[in-house]
Amino acid sequence: MSDVVEKTLTALPGLFESQTGAAKITNRLRQLIKSITELTSKHEEENLIKRELSAIKEQVSSPNTTMKQMREIMVRAMYCEMLGYDASFTYIHAIKLAQQGGVLEKRVGYLAVSLFLNEGHELLLLLVNTVLKDLQSTNLIEVCMALTVVAQVFPKDMIPAVLPLVEDKLSHPKEIIRRKAVLALYKFYLIAPNQVQHIHAKFCKALSDKDPGVMASSLHIYLQLIRESPDSYKDLTGSFVTILKQVLGGKLPVDFNYHSVPAPWLQIQLLRILSLLGKEDQSTSELMYEVLDESLRRAEMNHNITYAILYECVKAVYTIHPKAELLEKAARCIGNFVLSPKINLKYLGLKALTYVVQHDAKLALQHQMTIIECLDHSDFTIKRETLELLFRITNAQNVTVIVEKMLDFLCYVPIKTLTFAPDNSWFIQTMNDVFSIGGDLLQQDDPNNFLRLLAEGKPEEDDQLRLYAVESYLTVLKGHTSHLPQCFLQVMSWVLGEYAHLQESVDRREVIRLLTQLLDQRSVSSETRVWILSALTKIPEGQTDLILDLAESLSSSQDTVLRQQAQELRHLSQDSQLREWVLVENSCAVDSSLSFLDGFVSEALAAGAAPYKPPHQRQEELSLNLEPYSFSLPVSLSSCSITDRQSPTLLSVSSGLSGNSAELSTLILEGVKRVWGKDGYLPQKEATAPPVDEPSAAVQPASQQEAAERIEPRPEPSTQNQDKQQLASSLFVGLGVGSSVSLVRKLFYDGFTASLRGNVMDCLEARSTSVCHYALLMDDPHTNVSLTGTVSYQTQPGHTNTLPFSGTLSTADFIRPLVVTTEEYGKLWLSLSHDVKQNLKLLTDAGDPLRTTLNALKDALQLHVVDIIGSEGIVACRLLSGAPCLLHCRVNGAALAMWLRSPHPALPDFILYHCQRALAHH
Amino acid sequence: MRFMLLFSRQGKLRLQKWYTATAERDKKKMVRELMQVVLARKPKMCSFLEWRDLKIVYKRYASLYFCCAVEEQDNELITLEVIHRFVELLDKYFGSVCELDIIFNFEKAYFILDEFLMGGEIQDTSKKSVLKAIEQADLLQEVLIYCYIDQVDL
Repeated sequence: MSDVVEKTLTALPGLFESQTGAAKITNRLRQLIKSITELTSKHEEENLIKRELSAIKEQVSSPNTTMKQMREIMVRAMYCEMLGYDASFTYIHAIKLAQQGGVLEKRVGYLAVSLFLNEGHELLLLLVNTVLKDLQSTNLIEVCMALTVVAQVFPKDMIPAVLPLVEDKLSHPKEIIRRKAVLALYKFYLIAPNQVQHIHAKFCKALSDKDPGVMASSLHIYLQLIRESPDSYKDLTGSFVTILKQVLGGKLPVDFNYHSVPAPWLQIQLLRILSLLGKEDQSTSELMYEVLDESLRRAEMNHNITYAILYECVKAVYTIHPKAELLEKAARCIGNFVLSPKINLKYLGLKALTYVVQHDAKLALQHQMTIIECLDHSDFTIKRETLELLFRITNAQNVTVIVEKMLDFLCYVPIKTLTFAPDNSWFIQTMNDVFSIGGDLLQQDDPNNFLRLLAEGKPEEDDQLRLYAVESYLTVLKGHTSHLPQCFLQVMSWVLGEYAHLQESVDRREVIRLLTQLLDQRSVSSETRVWILSALTKIPEGQTDLILDLAESLSSSQDTVLRQQAQELRHLSQDSQLREWVLVENSCAVDSSLSFLDGFVSEALAAGAAPYKPPHQRQEELSLNLEPYSFSLPVSLSSCSITDRQSPTLLSVSSGLSGNSAELSTLILEGVKRVWGKDGYLPQKEATAPPVDEPSAAVQPASQQEAAERIEPRPEPSTQNQDKQQLASSLFVGLGVGSSVSLVRKLFYDGFTASLRGNVMDCLEARSTSVCHYALLMDDPHTNVSLTGTVSYQTQPGHTNTLPFSGTLSTADFIRPLVVTTEEYGKLWLSLSHDVKQNLKLLTDAGDPLRTTLNALKDALQLHVVDIIGSEGIVACRLLSGAPCLLHCRVNGAALAMWLRSPHPALPDFILYHCQRALAHH
Repeated sequence: MRFMLLFSRQGKLRLQKWYTATAERDKKKMVRELMQVVLARKPKMCSFLEWRDLKIVYKRYASLYFCCAVEEQDNELITLEVIHRFVELLDKYFGSVCELDIIFNFEKAYFILDEFLMGGEIQDTSKKSVLKAIEQADLLQEVLIYCYIDQVDL
């Protein structure tokens, strides 16, 4: 066991001598504890306790055992129970001890009862009489004990028996009794609120008790009451404010001070009550502004207890009707918390921020840096609170980063945030992560919503998404699948069944093979098997052999549903006509006008049936309850569709297997124009895609987006845009020869070729100059870019001369300062997704290394130093007319810890490279 | 407060007080789980952690961990001070308390706790009156007069 204990054990005798009489321990307990510490194994401990318990058993049943001995036995029994052994045979003796013993025995007896028994334990009924007797005792200590045990464990049904006695104690002359009585009633209120409803007036008396302890105890009840119905207690606001003022003013006895703060527990309780009362209530809130202000002001001492009060105060300020001045002060307080080096305070600061950002999202921006640091904190608790905070400030710009962080950490993403998803691949990939990690912990709605999202999109737009999903799932299924959660398997099989045909390059057999493989896995649940089978049903025919094999192997399955499905599958694969009927490709199309029923309806009408009336009309005519009959319409409808199809047995083929859409497929008639979607009528969209301008002489690579170098012709240098003018790399060509000059430039740009027609001059006067400006923008950073071009001219018609030129540009040439405020920087930082961290050399030759280093970088790379706070600096730049890059620099010993972020994946690396170079050359 | 636990660095339970009805089996499971979680935390980490639906506030004093479970919306810092006040009380009662005092006199520690917290709420913020109540009950051991109360001003 504990070596600390062992070492100290040798010094034990002396220790016990020094104890006061009150702390004397019994020999037997001492022996027991000592021998337990000497044991080496759990097994030995078990044997020892077994022996001890049987000794106790013998003793308690002996008639000669005195109450005093019983007390000592009970302490040992409590010890054994605390070690985790069962001593339930002593429970009844604990009750006896409380019943029959003197005050000291009673105390131990009551303690044992409260430790051994739960509120629901039947033995507690035997305690009721003892409690009743003790409540009426003239011995104050007995009354106290009875009240304590009543508040700790007491059977709910027995409350009425003791309630009058406890109530009486509210007017007891001794404050300790009143206080305990109030708390006992509070406990009663918690477990059986309607029992104490009638004594509210007495609570009011307790609130105005001359003893602060009693008054403070009554606040527990009031907090509870006000939490439940704040409106009934608005009239007490004034009293609570006055009490808080008195406490703040030091009107309470010094006894109540804790580390020289007056009654902190009382203050916190009052602040909670006030915030509940002032919530969404301007006039009540106005009553408390002053005292809240004072509370904020008073709590200045640098001690945990003042921070506890401040925290509660800040919360109150943000809960009640807002007052600008107070909010400002509270915000400053939060700042102190967040920036505190003490981790507990930092945590509370984050918690306060989380609470506050719901009211004012901008507050989080001031603490960007701290939040970012906390996100990578080694402490789980801090990290989690930070994520909670981030979750509250999620928006379309920062969703990628935030969800990434959440996945890293919690493997739990509220699907809601994904509605901000920036692109298909990211979305599917993230959902894969969510499903495979979060898996069966997800709510049933999440996979359903995801599938709906896939299904409901228009075919043209969302095929991309579906294709991506199919591809991604095939990859997943080719891997190791046994660990995947059922819901993910279900999602995958549905998507593959529904959309595998979209992907031309996919081999159907492969899809079938993968799905069949899943069926063989033992870990796959029967529900999932149903999903898989229905997916197989939907995959277009042609692979009859595979399907038949499968159906054959399943036809002996013990699961009747699977057997039925296998049977249906077999039939369908053999009868292609049937299949076409049952499984129409675009199963979303529903003819909800039910025009195919027209024949049936007219027949029925002719036979004398009443014409159809919509439900609301029927409602008007009949005042009877229509509930039990309301199903009749759909029932007759479906039966009619069966007769219509002449294939009643096959109606069940896809129903219930693949969600709503498949169920509806039985109603589809071929050739129905697809005008109805799930949400109703689909307006016919006119194909008005704008004609795409083909670049006339472009020799660009296929992936145009990636070949992102743009070369913009710029006929004249703009004077307005100084910045651009300065930054843009311009080229000029001046030629003064010949009569007819045609200038055609070709620019070769780092592997990509772009060509354009420049200013084509018909004729250039001799000795005159023609200037041509081009702005070169870099969208995709490269360390160096070589630039080549040619000028073609004709001195004589039909005779072309060519002049080549070339140059080299580096990324640094394309970097420009990005002028932002600290606040904007913070906002931007959160929205950026790609980051790189690296330690750089710190220039230590001057007084302020951070400033010197940053200035050196600024000069070399045209960065903008946004702010320097202590040992941290924030710097911003951007690619010429392109992606920004934010740099966060922190002095870390002799190095500069640089953290770069940019929306562009490669940009931080290049900027880092140039920073390194700049510092090395310095 | 839902419950308070005292356990040693070696994971031995020294004191447990439950303020809401909990089944014996659940108690054991929770204690075991919570001890593992808390003991695994490093000294520099913060004193709070979210565990199940509860907020755990703990603090280590020498070889002993004091650990409270409170509701999510409760004030963690003040709970930390509740622990500290309890330690102060123990310290005053035992005279510079150590783990051994609590092992050998665990029932006394319970009495002090009961005088300090009742039904999970703090009873009295005055240190003097808590100890006065305990001492007076203790005194009976020597005096053994039951009508004693009339002379004592509680």
